[in-house]
Amino acid sequence: MKTDKPIAFSDEQLQLIRSLMQRLPDRKAALGDVIHMALEEFGCVSPEAETYIAGIMDLPASYVHEVVTFYNMYIQEPVGRHHLMLCDNVSCMLCGAEGLVAHLKERLGIEPGQTTADGRFTLWTVECLGACEMAPVVLVDHKFHGNLTVQKLDELLDSLE
Amino acid sequence: MGQVKLITKYFETPGCEKLPVFESVGGYSRLRRIVEEEWTGEKIIATLKASSLRGLGGAGFPTGMKWGFVPKDAEPPKYLVVNADESEPGTFKDRHIIMRAPHLLIEGLTIAALAVGAHEVFVYIRGEYWEPYRVLKNALDEARKAGYVGDRIMGSGRSVHVTVHRGAGAYICGEETALLTSLEGYKGWPKLKPPFPAVKGLFRRPTLVNNVETLSYVPVVLDIGPEEFAKVGIERNGGARLFGVSGHVNRPGIYECALGTPMREVIYDLAGGIRGGKKLKAVIPGGSSCPVLTPAEIDVSLDFDSLAKLGSMLGSGGMIVMDEDTDLVKVLYRICKFYSNESCGQCTPCREGTGWMTRIMERVYRGNGTSQDLDNLVDIAEMIGGNTICPLGDAASLPVMSFIRKFRPEFEARLSRKYVPSGEIASPGAEGATR
Repeated sequence: MKTDKPIAFSDEQLQLIRSLMQRLPDRKAALGDVIHMALEEFGCVSPEAETYIAGIMDLPASYVHEVVTFYNMYIQEPVGRHHLMLCDNVSCMLCGAEGLVAHLKERLGIEPGQTTADGRFTLWTVECLGACEMAPVVLVDHKFHGNLTVQKLDELLDSLE
Repeated sequence: MGQVKLITKYFETPGCEKLPVFESVGGYSRLRRIVEEEWTGEKIIATLKASSLRGLGGAGFPTGMKWGFVPKDAEPPKYLVVNADESEPGTFKDRHIIMRAPHLLIEGLTIAALAVGAHEVFVYIRGEYWEPYRVLKNALDEARKAGYVGDRIMGSGRSVHVTVHRGAGAYICGEETALLTSLEGYKGWPKLKPPFPAVKGLFRRPTLVNNVETLSYVPVVLDIGPEEFAKVGIERNGGARLFGVSGHVNRPGIYECALGTPMREVIYDLAGGIRGGKKLKAVIPGGSSCPVLTPAEIDVSLDFDSLAKLGSMLGSGGMIVMDEDTDLVKVLYRICKFYSNESCGQCTPCREGTGWMTRIMERVYRGNGTSQDLDNLVDIAEMIGGNTICPLGDAASLPVMSFIRKFRPEFEARLSRKYVPSGEIASPGAEGATR
């Protein structure tokens, strides 16, 4: 999948980044925030986005790449309209996460890590999301949905455009 | 002993994430007292020492003593860093505090900043916590407007500036030195200690690092008095903590109990016992890195010292309960997979060893193990433990050693029976999701 969003921050965002770099004892410390901004703005941190960030922060592109590739959430390729992060760590596994993964694979016709052909869903299996009291849990578009069953998961998916 | 309502009373107050509601139940009165009575840092620290409050992120280090390590006379800047990177499997208490009583954390961190003379506070919250991040930001805006944080708090000459920084999905960043490295804009690689952060931490300046729950108990200590707080718990383990119970129980959730409460009481009385009336098979007491306990061990007192004596840990208080039908081989395989996914890659024993253990465990789990595998697993675990810069190596090793030692017959049966598991552990997800 390609994203056609232009790789450029607005003047206002650039001003914010500049003030952040000035406020912190080391401008590198603003990098995490800038990458998060890039994710929101461009949908992912592509190699072009990395080079762009390196340029505006006056950092080596290789350094930005090293940081981007260290963290799971700094995605480097576009994801679907709805990003399903299904926890399959111990508590969720004990409460039936595997059955949900199998169901999603069947329903969506994709493996974890892939995106449906229509660009609607990306499925990830992830490590503990810190919501074990409502295991099994999925994080979709920034929201937790817990105590999942196949039926509840289907209803959730049906409600998403 | 038993259930108490020190922090959870705020959870049970509807709308307590909003400032007026929090103020109506005594919120910020402790901070006001400290500011108006011009308490010195020493006085605050002495109060904390008298309370026997211990670090609730997992290590259990005495809080007052830790605060005392920050050099009093060091030139500014000094920093306070709040560890809200809760990612130890089975742990979810900090999320509840941030969502339901964010001002309690803000009051606690402001008091801590005043105690150690830090003018700048960074809250490092895990990236997946979008909603808690939003709730905390809103609460901070309210607190700023009301003068509880920011420039010259409550009209005094003291300033405490708070910044919330979002992590991005790396378990290792919950380790304090990795967290600081991450805040500085690098990949989250831990650093050797000493020097400890109190002396040389964020941007190489004196830094106090505390967990969300630890700081949230600070206003409670000041509210009821350090001696009373200490008495809630037991000797050397003051007060209470939030226990998160998950897995095969009837009522999974957060239960606040005095330190010293028997584990059995939490599992059977508060969390309602095992689902479907089944028998208990095993409990992981404080997050996935803590050595597993058998049903014969659950009369243990829930405090740092008693669990250490038993060869386990109180850790983060995240209890994972497993019933009689649980496939422990699968559980250990999943735990191994987690630590190998999350090893930062800096130290060879951990980077390579966690991968080896995962591959051997997968073989055992799928019924293709050899008679040598279990001994090899223990050998590898022993080679990793204690030989790495940070405790992730130990965290990966301890479950392997404890599961195999305590439940060896189940593992051996898997080797000889060529058992074919009914379910499959999901194959690794996106490269990004399981890197």
